[in-house]
Amino acid sequence: MATELIARRLDVKGFNCPIPIVKTAKEMKQMTSGELIEVLATDPGSVPDFAAWSKTTGNPIVEQSQDGGIYRFVLKKR
Amino acid sequence: MATRVIVLGGGVGGTLAANLISKQLGSDGHVTVVDPSGMHVYQPGFLYVTLGQANGRWLAQDERHLLRDEVDMVIDRAIRVDPAQRTVTLDRGGSLGYDYLVLATGSRLAREEIPGLIQGSHDFYSLEGAIRLREALRSFPGGRIVMGVAGIPYKCPPAPVEFVFMLEEYLHKRGIRGKSTITLASPLNRAFTIETTSKLVQPILEQRGIELATFFNVEAVDPDKNVVTSIEGEELPYDLLVLVPPHRGAKVIEDSGLGDERGWVPVSRATLQHEKFDTIFAIGDATNLPISKSGSTAHFEAPVVASQIAARIRGTTAKENYGGRVMCFLETGHRQATTIRFDYEHPPVSPRPSPLWHYAKWAFNRAYWVTVPQGRVA
Repeated sequence: MATELIARRLDVKGFNCPIPIVKTAKEMKQMTSGELIEVLATDPGSVPDFAAWSKTTGNPIVEQSQDGGIYRFVLKKR
Repeated sequence: MATRVIVLGGGVGGTLAANLISKQLGSDGHVTVVDPSGMHVYQPGFLYVTLGQANGRWLAQDERHLLRDEVDMVIDRAIRVDPAQRTVTLDRGGSLGYDYLVLATGSRLAREEIPGLIQGSHDFYSLEGAIRLREALRSFPGGRIVMGVAGIPYKCPPAPVEFVFMLEEYLHKRGIRGKSTITLASPLNRAFTIETTSKLVQPILEQRGIELATFFNVEAVDPDKNVVTSIEGEELPYDLLVLVPPHRGAKVIEDSGLGDERGWVPVSRATLQHEKFDTIFAIGDATNLPISKSGSTAHFEAPVVASQIAARIRGTTAKENYGGRVMCFLETGHRQATTIRFDYEHPPVSPRPSPLWHYAKWAFNRAYWVTVPQGRVA
């Protein structure tokens, strides 16, 4: 499970776009290639936003799930 | 003895809240506004100053003239709030005691947070900045203009989009549109944070030949090389760079430990009451609510705070909660505009841009001084 290797965790619950993306981008800037970050968000718009951001920047989403109103993303630093 | 209410900040929210609280409480309350300048500034006008469509004179008025006679005014800077003692310390010495406190302290620009921003970029987030940018545009010979966002959240979310639309028209009028490019660098993969509005404005950007750089969150400016870089690792060269500066909450909020790590005040989204302190409320830019930082937000929040405070003093139930209501105009250039109206539960459905909304915004700009601060527009 990728969960065991997660290097950073980011809680952006309660924030609307573009704050989840911007905070994630800033956090990932400080990570090294191959490291994983887990992001928890509540904004439904974060699903298409993270998909598009991942595609544009080349940092893949390796896990994604939804539990109630909380969206969880695990991204890998390219 | 009358209940003492202090309002920190004489902007849209502070002025309207002070007037409404004073009106509702009558002789049961004594309201004091504390503001460092004593001048009320209509910030949406900065954009028009930048593009040469207005001068700065109509943007500021004496705050005293906008307040009810019953409201006291102290021209000084609040430097510390003590929620336990219920006091506000003033910069020139002395302190004021309160029973209820309204934080309408707005936001402050933190240009120093982005390397190279001060030396390499312009903005229209202050009157001085707007005038400086206006002069730079007047002498601009043509070239690459980049409009970007250097920090979120920021005041007036539509402003960058409005700026590029109005700039495009301006460059046409100056006869240099053909030798200029305009790039809007957006933090997201669309022109505007709200998707429905973005779908409306993006085709217009394309029609006008305005380029869109997506997922471009500004990290630094190199004023020697004329290049702005993003957190995502992209670079944009420019001849004229315009950036929305990073914003923070007011210093008094940070120094008093009343806010989060960026100085935004945590409040109930419905009552606007501070999450930790029952006698403190916040409105407008000052809050941490995930909603637009704009005069419109403060305008719709002020009656809620007035109602909440009056109810507590009278021992009744407040009639109003804040439902997240915001209403903004979005200029699309060439004498057209649209609107963005929404609340917590309802995303906006913006109408097609038309002259009607452009002139409505102008009418609002002109009528502002005799309507909004006094509570004549609901």
